Amino acid sequence: MSADIKSKLRKFHQAKWDEQLIFELDTPGERGIIVGGVEDEIEKQIGNGFANLPTGMKRKKSPALPEVGQMRVLKHYLRLSQHTLGADLNVDIGQGTCTVKYSPKINETIARNHKATKLHPWQDESQVQGALEILYKLNEYLSELSGLDHFTIQPPSGSAAIFTMASIVQKYHEVRGEADQRDEIITTIFSHPSDYSAVALKGYKVTMLYHDPKTGVPSAEALRAAISERTAAIFITNPEDTGIYNPEIPEFTKIAHEAGALCCYDQANANGLLGITRAKEAGFDMCFFNLHKTFSTPHGCGGPATGAMGVTKALKEFLPAPYVEKKKGTYTLNYNLKHSIGKVRSFYGVFPVALKAYSWLRSLGAEGIREASEVAVLNNNYLLTHIKKIKGAEAPYAKGKHRIEQVRYSWEKLFKETGVNTEDVTLRMCDFGFHLWSSHHPFIIPQPFTIEPTESYSKAELDEYLNALRHIAKEAYDKPDFVKKAPYNSVVHRINHDSFDDPKKWAITWRLYKKKHLNQN
Amino acid sequence: MRKTKVKVHPYIPNSAPEVKQAMLKEIGIKKVDELYNEIPSKIRFKGKLNIPDGIESEFALKRHVETILAKNTSCVDNLSFLGGGVANHYVPVICDEVNSRAEFLTAYAGEPYEDHGRFQSLWEFQSLMAELLDVEVVSVPTFDGAQAASSSIGMIRRYTGRDEILISDTTSPDRLAVIQNYCHPMIKITMVKHNVKTGMMDIEDLKQKMTKNVAGIYFENPSYLGFIETEGKEISKIVHKNGGKVIVYADPISLGVLTPPSNYGADITCGEIQPLGLHINYGGATGGYIGVNDDPKLVQEYPWRLFGIDKTEVEGEWGFGDVLYDDRTSFGNRETGKDYVGTASALWGITAGVYLALMGPEGMKEVGTVIMQRSQYAAKKISGIKGIKAPAIDSPFFKEFIVDFNKTGKTVSQINKALEKKGIFGGKDLSKEFKELGQSALFCITEENTKEDIDRLVSELKNIIK
Repeated sequence: MSADIKSKLRKFHQAKWDEQLIFELDTPGERGIIVGGVEDEIEKQIGNGFANLPTGMKRKKSPALPEVGQMRVLKHYLRLSQHTLGADLNVDIGQGTCTVKYSPKINETIARNHKATKLHPWQDESQVQGALEILYKLNEYLSELSGLDHFTIQPPSGSAAIFTMASIVQKYHEVRGEADQRDEIITTIFSHPSDYSAVALKGYKVTMLYHDPKTGVPSAEALRAAISERTAAIFITNPEDTGIYNPEIPEFTKIAHEAGALCCYDQANANGLLGITRAKEAGFDMCFFNLHKTFSTPHGCGGPATGAMGVTKALKEFLPAPYVEKKKGTYTLNYNLKHSIGKVRSFYGVFPVALKAYSWLRSLGAEGIREASEVAVLNNNYLLTHIKKIKGAEAPYAKGKHRIEQVRYSWEKLFKETGVNTEDVTLRMCDFGFHLWSSHHPFIIPQPFTIEPTESYSKAELDEYLNALRHIAKEAYDKPDFVKKAPYNSVVHRINHDSFDDPKKWAITWRLYKKKHLNQN
Repeated sequence: MRKTKVKVHPYIPNSAPEVKQAMLKEIGIKKVDELYNEIPSKIRFKGKLNIPDGIESEFALKRHVETILAKNTSCVDNLSFLGGGVANHYVPVICDEVNSRAEFLTAYAGEPYEDHGRFQSLWEFQSLMAELLDVEVVSVPTFDGAQAASSSIGMIRRYTGRDEILISDTTSPDRLAVIQNYCHPMIKITMVKHNVKTGMMDIEDLKQKMTKNVAGIYFENPSYLGFIETEGKEISKIVHKNGGKVIVYADPISLGVLTPPSNYGADITCGEIQPLGLHINYGGATGGYIGVNDDPKLVQEYPWRLFGIDKTEVEGEWGFGDVLYDDRTSFGNRETGKDYVGTASALWGITAGVYLALMGPEGMKEVGTVIMQRSQYAAKKISGIKGIKAPAIDSPFFKEFIVDFNKTGKTVSQINKALEKKGIFGGKDLSKEFKELGQSALFCITEENTKEDIDRLVSELKNIIK
């Protein structure tokens, strides 16, 4: 390596193939793969297969898919992969809230076994005892980590788990005859957007608690003021995306229970807390873990994922069916849950994700899991110590306190003093092979950026990332215009965004691009 | 040799005691535990987790998990005729090659600069699917076909401002269960009957139920039971006349040969991408698609991300970005966002794009034709066995068909158990899902099921039935 990363920066340039669109590779007559025709005997007996099909149902015009030879298709996608900065290649700590940790390769190898990939969901239970055992034991471990009693991996993401919890809340109050009365749910402003939108989808009016400007967390007093006999549940994230732990949480669940509401725990931010504190002791009735985050399964450009969800004994009968059980040494799928909300995903959930999460848990064991959490928190506070010292950067709220697994920082000072905003810094970070993310809605912290280092990156790597932040902040003060024109070493340069909100210009597909911008139909 | 008991885990570099000490010092504390000062001690977990100790070596871990997996019998071990939502289609090796690339596998949510390739490959998925579906807009994929169906219903509800949806009663029960929970209690579901002889939708029943309060209809084509609905045009006409919208759930692998739903009036085409280059994975590798034409009002109702293409400041460069992000998605604005959005099935979307790029128009035609021919051959041969009727519903079908065992004196369960002994997974038992069909099973024939496979099935069935 040419640069000493302790003092200098990596001389990075991302791959830039100047690769065409797949449609631009179209060469009529080329083939990417042959499926093969039918056997002569079948042809003889059946004919072309379309004799009984009404003419209106036979496709007349072939789909205008490109015709490209196999090696060129492969090359196209390999080049696109090199235009993508996965966690395996960079120090992927700039995507706060997302817990981008190491996804061990051994788990990928294991998950490619045909005893996993080639299982059909409608096979008889006796043929899939291994798969059910994995699910059963994973549920047991997750129950232990949360202190709750029953888990399901059916929800295919954290957001889907939030929706599942909202569905259970609703069914619970329906069974008790209080569904009409209890039409409100309380969440907090710094929770994930789905804690609002997935809950609102069930028809709930959603109230949002704001944080105390000093502590950065909502107070029990604020909850007391908001709660009433109309409250169906509270949806709480702790720590929220600020990384500040709310010590009043046992009080929150007490207040909610006294008002007859259920307590739902969004544990998307659990990575600093495994083995440290649990949903049960904090008084929650339900919670979920993101297996694609906290439990190491790869993010896959945005899925597949799993929001494994747990409930207390009292809520078992409300779980989505089927529930994996063990009877007389045999694993079985129980569809007979008295108050089941039904289903939230087809079949049983995202099996390959569950399998990799199981393997990860077994590799670490009880002590290793706790160690992972502790080191994630150590890494986070190490970064906090140093980022606070960078001119232009701040960590709003909870001054002088430690954070759990992530921090939502602000470049507001930098912006005010130099005109360089978070987006500019983000795009300049690309030039060093890094990613930096701002925040999702709401944008309460001005010029936000959110960093979550997890346990996976070495101190040297964290230092390298810090060096890049320091370097760019200094650049902002020295030559702001230079920063505002970044990136220079990424795949492409600043993108024209004008068309993306304009119905006359947006080109969501190649077909629309040709129609709107090339006048071709 | 270390004297400390601390174990350094290969996945946790800073668990090395020397490094840890250095970091604690820089933070200005003595013990990691101080970082947890904010957590009240009464809710600190003080016991030992009841989780087994870690399996230290990589080979021991591999052996441990593989020993459990060995208890499964897969569709490689046995010959499978199972469908009913997902099926064993051939997965070209290039699909696996691309989706196991570390860059795609471990990326998440970078910017359209350092993740240009992620944006391009997902935009290409949208574009390739649009050609297959013959529509103008397709989003990045959602969790599965059931969620695509549910969100499509949500879209037309908001579009029409009407709170009732009609659903064909031949809909997959597994999918319907997801739709029902999604709709409850905001959207009323009314089931529309089918003609028991033909399997086609009961048009009179539709006419009666399609009122001005109804947002539209949802039906599957090919249906869950395999047959092809041939009255799509008529159904669309009735629904549109009443100001409703038409949603058709279609198997994408059928669309190289079958007319795309948009051609017979579907306003939304949705479905499951598993057939396009994804292994079945116990039903765990799925992705849902939604396609519409470029009606800005309808596009505005998409809950998920839509990627768009444009130029950059440098001549000749393609750039990508989010279309209508701010007020449409809940990422952009939680209060105005449509539905919810989260991590879904992007890697499978990229894979389905690779599949379509490999197949091209000829490949899609070829695979559709082979499935039509082989499934008809299978039905014909099975129907030749005394006491068995296939297909039980006498209409054209694609890939799947009902096999009626009622006159054999045996239950599907008995027959499947006997087949299993011969290394065959028989069709999905329908006796609980569609009681009126009695002892019937849904058989699925993909391009992987050769004539030899089908002949073997027929021969074993003959032995079991006699």
